[in-house]
Amino acid sequence: MEKFSPFAGVVCPLDRANVDTDAIIPKQFLKSIKRSGFGPNLFDEWRYLDHGEPGMDNSKRHTNPDFVLNDARYRGASILLARENFGCGSSREHAPWALADYGFRVIIAPGYADIFYNNCFKNSILPVVLDAEIVDGLFNKAGDDTALHIDVDLEQQQLRVGDEVIGFEVDPFRKHCLLEGLDDIGLTLQHVDAIDAYEERRRRQTPWLFA
Amino acid sequence: MQAKTLYDKLWEDHVVRTDEDGTALLYIDRQLVHEVTSPQAFEGLRLAGRKPRRVDANLATPDHNVPTKNLDQGISDPVSRLQVETLGENCDEFGITEFGMGDIRQGIVHVIGPEQGAVLPGMTVVCGDSHTSTHGALGTLAFGIGTSEVEHVLATQCLIQKKSKSMLIEVVGKASPSVTAKDIILAIIGEIGTAGGTGYAIEFGGSAIRDLSVEGRMTLCNMAIEAGARAGFIAVDEKTIDYVKGRPYAPSADQWRQAADYWKTLHSDDGATFDKVVRIDAAALVPQVTWGTSPEMVVGIDASVPDPDIIDDAVRADGMRRALEYMGLEANTPINAIQLDKIFIGSCTNSRIEDLRAAAEVVKDHSVADSITLAMVVPGSGLVKQQAEEEGLDAVFLEAGFEWREPGCSMCLAMNADRLEAGERCASTSNRNFEGRQGQGGRTHLVSPAMAAAAAIYGHFVDVREL
Repeated sequence: MEKFSPFAGVVCPLDRANVDTDAIIPKQFLKSIKRSGFGPNLFDEWRYLDHGEPGMDNSKRHTNPDFVLNDARYRGASILLARENFGCGSSREHAPWALADYGFRVIIAPGYADIFYNNCFKNSILPVVLDAEIVDGLFNKAGDDTALHIDVDLEQQQLRVGDEVIGFEVDPFRKHCLLEGLDDIGLTLQHVDAIDAYEERRRRQTPWLFA
Repeated sequence: MQAKTLYDKLWEDHVVRTDEDGTALLYIDRQLVHEVTSPQAFEGLRLAGRKPRRVDANLATPDHNVPTKNLDQGISDPVSRLQVETLGENCDEFGITEFGMGDIRQGIVHVIGPEQGAVLPGMTVVCGDSHTSTHGALGTLAFGIGTSEVEHVLATQCLIQKKSKSMLIEVVGKASPSVTAKDIILAIIGEIGTAGGTGYAIEFGGSAIRDLSVEGRMTLCNMAIEAGARAGFIAVDEKTIDYVKGRPYAPSADQWRQAADYWKTLHSDDGATFDKVVRIDAAALVPQVTWGTSPEMVVGIDASVPDPDIIDDAVRADGMRRALEYMGLEANTPINAIQLDKIFIGSCTNSRIEDLRAAAEVVKDHSVADSITLAMVVPGSGLVKQQAEEEGLDAVFLEAGFEWREPGCSMCLAMNADRLEAGERCASTSNRNFEGRQGQGGRTHLVSPAMAAAAAIYGHFVDVREL
């Protein structure tokens, strides 16, 4: 996994609560057996005016001028500003794959659904949780004529918005994995002796689970 | 000894090791696998040169993409077909048991797991599907995971986890006979909201939960995720143990007593404390109908569509207006005045034999209203379908004008050919009423099987208590 290093990015404001993973990447694109290529279909039903299917040439489709991803101010955005309960619904990891493939590296919201939140960390996306009032303030700034830029520093757990510094909390283990770009499976396999010992004990205690 | 919650017991029995910061390695007893969220996980194993640690802990079936009619013609959509074929190839290559298309045991993963006894009390159960919470009905710790974690479980039989907070939702009193598990869980979601359970593992308890059959409990736990909780579960009782007995993957006779003795310990101890407790009065509940685009947008059948103009919270009122516009509904419309186009009875929430019996009881000797363009029943598995046919339920549905389909996820998420067209309105026994969930522009109202069946007959929602 890629190491998460400090960067400055444009903020794209998506002003809706309870954005679900069906909206982030609709089901027809889940038929792919690959991990990549989902970016052009991120938020497909909101982003385009016509119905999208896998294999279509998205450059020829009619885009919805009212959707934020199509707003020239937010072109090249790498930070998504969102509302409460972002990523609810289906466990599809295709949602963070689509966000990452589009170019988002950070999401800022007052809260996330648990599975989505967890999936982000497996894909070098940092989901930042901030108080609803602070998020409100960022929405006001991000709606200005000129795009809002934020500096993101995971090591320091800080967002820099102009002169303002906003701190955020993140689980130390997840932070470490993001910063170092660590592979979870590799980490777990360092404890293979402990797994062996557990299995041996459980084989005796609950033999029907190993029948 | 300190009183423990059921969650404490399930958690502690599966911890392989814990770091100082509370990050734990949790052992997984059962992984269910389907075609949509597994191909990249198997590919990951191949690229890293890894093998599954325990092939016997995995059970696979295709469900999301499978057609529900004309199975002899195979899958016409080549992209869907490739995904289903890929599951078969991966299972062959790695030696994982798969119930493929055409196998009577094939069906929705969350239906076949318990049906086969492949999910047993006390297990940790995962699947690359958020409705894995279903299996908590059997007293398991069961939750949905992403594809990276599917690969992690294949490779290590473990997951890196932190313990959630605990919530007890106690449903006290006695529910009216027409108020089903589906109505109870919808009412709970209406009460605590779709983010109410975020960060929690929910135990459902109380007399109204104990009164539910094991299948009803599956319906309830299925939608814990719609309340924001990855896992929802219920203490083991005699009903749970009776349910498991005799199933193909259940413990053999010589291990049965040992297993059952252990399962009987799987309940929260007297005096155990929870981080949060919610109490719901079952006697006050009525059949529920969702009106919006989130499961928390739900009211009783005797109510009207809510009015955003009287809501103070601006973000919430804005969400309600957007939902009403998408749903093509006016505020203050009585729920029983809402006319439907299609009826869907199925999904991992409500496609088990008891669901089909409840719907058939309402449908018997009636006909689907002329205004309904399609009413379909999709059993949860080949074995559910077979059982229903043995009981003559297929004839009840067919005579009334329903279509009787082959098992799969079908129009719950419309990955196969079963879907709503833009603007069509559906009474659905599934679990999500999100925008576009059942087809782009489609409008979903979530209800119980009996309520969906009644809506099919009348063409609009009716109160099943009055039938």
